[in-house]
Amino acid sequence: MSQATLSIARGLALRVPSLETTAAWLLAIIWIFPLVYAVWAAFHPPAFMVRFDLFAPLTLDNFANAWAQAPFARYYLNTFLLVTGVVLAQFVVCTLAGFAFARFPIPGKDLLFMLVLIQLFVFPEVLIVENYRIASSLGLVDTITGIGLPYVASAFGIFLLRQTFKTIPRELEDAARIEGCGWLAILLKVYVPLAKPTYLAYGLVSISHHWNNFLWPLVVTNSVESRPLTVGLGVFSAPETGVNWATVSAATLLSIAPLLIAFLLFQRQFVQSFLRAGIR
Amino acid sequence: MQLYGALLLLPAAVLLATFAYLPTIATLINSLFLPGFRGEPAEFVGLENYQLLIDDTTFWRVARNNLIYALGTIPTSIAIALGMALFVNARLPGRGFVRMAYFTPTILPMIAAANIWMFFYAPQIGLFNKLLGAFGLSGVNWLGDPSVALTSVIVMTVWKEAGFFMIFYLAALQSIPPELKEASDLEGTSRWSFFWRVTFPLLMPTTLFVLINALINAVRVVDHLFILTKGGPNNATNLLLYYVYENAFSFFDRTYAATITVVILLVLGVVATVKFAILDRRTHYQ
Repeated sequence: MSQATLSIARGLALRVPSLETTAAWLLAIIWIFPLVYAVWAAFHPPAFMVRFDLFAPLTLDNFANAWAQAPFARYYLNTFLLVTGVVLAQFVVCTLAGFAFARFPIPGKDLLFMLVLIQLFVFPEVLIVENYRIASSLGLVDTITGIGLPYVASAFGIFLLRQTFKTIPRELEDAARIEGCGWLAILLKVYVPLAKPTYLAYGLVSISHHWNNFLWPLVVTNSVESRPLTVGLGVFSAPETGVNWATVSAATLLSIAPLLIAFLLFQRQFVQSFLRAGIR
Repeated sequence: MQLYGALLLLPAAVLLATFAYLPTIATLINSLFLPGFRGEPAEFVGLENYQLLIDDTTFWRVARNNLIYALGTIPTSIAIALGMALFVNARLPGRGFVRMAYFTPTILPMIAAANIWMFFYAPQIGLFNKLLGAFGLSGVNWLGDPSVALTSVIVMTVWKEAGFFMIFYLAALQSIPPELKEASDLEGTSRWSFFWRVTFPLLMPTTLFVLINALINAVRVVDHLFILTKGGPNNATNLLLYYVYENAFSFFDRTYAATITVVILLVLGVVATVKFAILDRRTHYQ
C-alpha cells in the first residue's frame, strides 16, 4: 500500500464514528423523535399520520381545524396573564421575604425558614382538596388569580433570593445608608440590581413551570374564561371527544409553540436557568 | 428592625399559611371525619377512614403501582441522564444538537408529551404497533392491557425526565478538575475504572439531589394519566395523587381523599426529613 492510500485510510478511520458517538446520536434521535413526529403529523393530511412519504403534501388545515374547534386565542391570553401575574407577584413577595431572611434579625428566624422550606415538598397540588375548598371560600374558583395565588409565596424563590442577597457585601449596604437611603431604597438600589441573574434564572424556571402546570389549574377552573393552554389542550384531546389525531397534533404544537420557540432561541439561558435554580 | 423584618415576611407568611399550613392541618383533621349527607354536619369517626384505607384493595393496588412507578422511573432516568451527560461532556460531532435533543422534552408540558405519546401507543393506528406489524408481529394494546399499561406510562416518564436530570450531571462533570483525568492517564488507568473510582463518587451529591427531585415527582406529577389512561384499565396505572383526585372530584368523597392525602404527606415528610437531616448537613442553610 502506498503512503498516500495509507494516510487516506487513516483519515477515513478517524472519520468513522466511534461507538460512543453512534450511541449518543442514536439516543438524541430517539429523544427528539416524538416531537419531530408531532410536527410531521401536524403539517400533513391525516392520511399521512403513519404513512411516511417525503413528498406528502404539506397543509395548514390541521391548525385551522384546531383553532376553529377550541378557543385557543382565549387560552393563550389566560396563560399569558397567569404566567406574567404569577412571576411578578413571586418576585415581589419572595424579594421581601428573602431580604428579611438574609438581613433582618427576627426572633426564631431559623425555625421560620425551615417552615418556609417545607413548601419545597408540600406543593399546592398535593393539597388539591383543601386548596380547592380555600379557593372557593375566597371566591377564587374559576379565576386566573385562583390558579396562580397558591404558588406566589414560593419557598424556592425565597430560598434562591435569600442565598443571593447573603452573598452581597454589607459594605455596599452601609455605603447606601450613609448616603441617606432607607431600607426600601437600599433593597431597590443595591440588592435587587445585583441579584439580576437570579431573577432571570428564577423567572425562566417559573415561567416554564406555570406554562406547563396542569393538575391544579384543571381542578380550579371550569370555564373557557379562565382555562390556561394546558387545561384547554387536555379538554380538547380527551379521547372521548373524538377529534382526529392530526388536529390533536396541531393543537399540541399550538400550545407548546411559544415556549418551544423561546427555548430554541434562548437555549443556553434556559439550560443555565434550570441549572442555576436547581443547584442552589 | 425586628418589626420591619416581620413586616417584610408578612405577605409570604399569610400566603403560605393559607395554601400550605392550614390545608395540611385541615387535611389531617378531615381524615378523622366521615362526610355528612344532605347538609348534615360531618361526623367524627376517629381512625375509621384509616381502617377503610387498610381494607381498600384499590388503595393497595394504587400504592403498589406508585412504588413500581417510582422504582421503574427513578433509576432508569438517572442512569440515562448520567449517560447523556457523559456523552455531551465529551468531544462529539454535533454536540449542540445532541444536547438540545436530550433537553427538549423538559420544556414540554407533561400534558403535551402525553398527547404525542398517545400516537405511539394507540392499538390500531399507533406507531409502535405499525412497527411491530412491519416485522410481522401482532400488536400490543400498550395502554389498554393491564399487564403493560404501567410500563408504557413509565417509559414515557423516563423520556420526559432524563434530559432534565442530565443538566445537573453535566454541570457536575464540568466542575471536576481536569488534572484528575490527566493524572489517571499518566498512571494508565482504564476509562472504566476512572469512571467508577473517580467520576462516579464525585457525582454522588448530584445523584442524591436528582434522586430527591425524582422521588418528589414520582408522587406529585400525574398529569399524563389524564390523557393516557385515566388510571385504567381497572386501576392498573392509577397513582396515589390521581386516586386523591378521583375520590375528591369524581366520587365527591373529600374525607377519604384527605385520608389518602395524609399518606402522600407522610411519604413527602420522609423524603424531606432525609434531605434536611442527612444530605444537607454539609450544605449551607445558615
